[in-house]
Amino acid sequence: MEKWANNKAWFLVLPVVIIVAFSAIIPLMTVINYSVQDIWGPGQSVFVGTEWFEEMLGDKRLHDALWRQFLFSGLVLLIEMPLGVLIALAMPKRGWGVSACLVTIAIPLLIPWNVIGTIWIIFTRPDIGLFGAGINNLLGIAFDHTARPLDAWITLMLMEIWHWTPLVILLAYAGLRAIPEAFYQAAKIDGASAWAKFQYIQLPKMRGVLTIALLLRFMDSFLIYAEPFVLTGGGPGNSTTFLSIYLVKIALGQFDLGPGAAFSLIYFVIVLLFSFMFYQALQRVGKGEKG
Amino acid sequence: MGLSLQNINKIVGRETHLNNISLEFEPGSRNVILGRTLAGKTSLLRIMAGLDRPTRGKVLIDGKDVTGVSVRKRSVAMVYQQFINYPSLTVYKNIASPLKITGVKKTEIERRVREIAEMLHIEDLLDRLPNELSGGQQQRTAIARSLVKDTDLLLLDEPLVNLDYKLREELRVELQGIFKQRKAIDIYTTTEPTEALMLGGNIVVIDEGRILQTGPTPEVYRHPATLKVAEVFSDPPINYISGEVHGSTARLGHDIEILLAGHMKSLPAGNYKFGVRSHHFFLSRTSKEDAKIQGRVELSEINGSETFIHVNYDNSRLVVQENGIQPLRIGAEITIYVNPSSFFVYDDAGTLVAAPSRDVIEKA
Repeated sequence: MEKWANNKAWFLVLPVVIIVAFSAIIPLMTVINYSVQDIWGPGQSVFVGTEWFEEMLGDKRLHDALWRQFLFSGLVLLIEMPLGVLIALAMPKRGWGVSACLVTIAIPLLIPWNVIGTIWIIFTRPDIGLFGAGINNLLGIAFDHTARPLDAWITLMLMEIWHWTPLVILLAYAGLRAIPEAFYQAAKIDGASAWAKFQYIQLPKMRGVLTIALLLRFMDSFLIYAEPFVLTGGGPGNSTTFLSIYLVKIALGQFDLGPGAAFSLIYFVIVLLFSFMFYQALQRVGKGEKG
Repeated sequence: MGLSLQNINKIVGRETHLNNISLEFEPGSRNVILGRTLAGKTSLLRIMAGLDRPTRGKVLIDGKDVTGVSVRKRSVAMVYQQFINYPSLTVYKNIASPLKITGVKKTEIERRVREIAEMLHIEDLLDRLPNELSGGQQQRTAIARSLVKDTDLLLLDEPLVNLDYKLREELRVELQGIFKQRKAIDIYTTTEPTEALMLGGNIVVIDEGRILQTGPTPEVYRHPATLKVAEVFSDPPINYISGEVHGSTARLGHDIEILLAGHMKSLPAGNYKFGVRSHHFFLSRTSKEDAKIQGRVELSEINGSETFIHVNYDNSRLVVQENGIQPLRIGAEITIYVNPSSFFVYDDAGTLVAAPSRDVIEKA
């Protein structure tokens, strides 16, 4: 092929360059820029090197928020993933039931985050909420998410699981439907049990979609903000102050732009690192039955 | 083991997938089910395997009714068109899987897996996972899986369709060798007449859920009892020209006169359909008896070493199969020749009344 004489092909790439620049590169560079300066007013700043990073890495409250975050994401994933797969397995495979189930299951995904927070605040209120008043008055268990850290956690987890398990279900269901009928027939001819069918056909065939589900759910739950913000604003005490809540407190509440920027970068690296680790691990799972 | 099907019907919703199928398979026999896509081949295999229950009718094994018996309790193996293996298990474990469930001893499993793997030339791939194999190797694994448990019934549902031409040839030859060594009833479905002929054995020709003809494969090829069988059992489908017989001559189409000789000598007067397989048409005269057909080229498909020329004659399409590459202009006038001795003659109802002699059919 003959080479074109002009370099106009550059223009074809330009829109992407502009979008990526404004959506990712420029904001990221700004944050990096802030993280190495002490800023106390427009045009008034001084270069401080790695001081903010050192300060944030040694911050006790950040450590607490980080462990809280890991605990929360871990628990949520441990419940959401198996629950989602289980529900997907139990869903009908044909007939009108399929559409009915899919629509019902997808409803929580369509509701805005802060609305979900509001719904659950009212639902779990000990005085008027159906759930809260129910278990307080009928079962006699004291439940109050504004006063007890454990209750706040339970409420948050319920919210998160109610909101996001449907995503896992939909992905797992799509993965299941993609398995050709002949696999099940072959297993039947072999005399395989239902567990063997799940272990050797369904699970390996769902690996791709479950990887995506796990990554999405990890990232989302690790970045959780709206729900604890609406519920208690991080309380009671600091019990639901997750990383993003703490970050907003520093960067916007106290207007400490330098430490906030350093915090953001650390946060970003942690999410990236864990997503990468999950991805690598899942690439091996299910392939491992060698020898 | 002998397998027999008695008046099998399978109706799904309002569609009849199988219509009154009765068949007998002898122990150790090799059988081909030939039919086009959606003819009911897979439905029939599923009923034989015990994966589906027929709507009506019975399945007997050695005279015993097993219609409702679950596939788990039958001695059956099946190979599919898609390459079906357990995705997370190695080739070795895949092949061993049917044995493991029945509780065969570990050393015995090892011996049999290696033996079968060697037979199918995958002994070097035992540690690989299915998705690290080529399509042909995946299907070899699936076939090995079906052979490892010495079942009484081996069902192969178009097993070579998804492979490329060369692999298909190779595996087909090997399969024939493997079938010969086994005592099982082998039932092999295909859409391709040539594949059916190569496999030999007995054939069942089905179409739209009905049995059209059964018998030894070459016998059915030489005497397709109806026009429909001839269509299904010829590739490309058999061509036919309507004609009228008067005394010792016949007039085909609007201008072809032939002298009735040989197998057509004693045809009574009346209307007939004259069928010709595509490879019996020629672009040049081969003998003085040849009938001459003048038409127009509609399409010329070049397929490797052969050319399929679609010729319009009397508003019907005749397909000519010629060796070599024949460059032809679409719309051009063309003259094709056919020796009357290769005509299959069908009466108005589509029943065979005269078939060419054996040497004519096998010549080309």
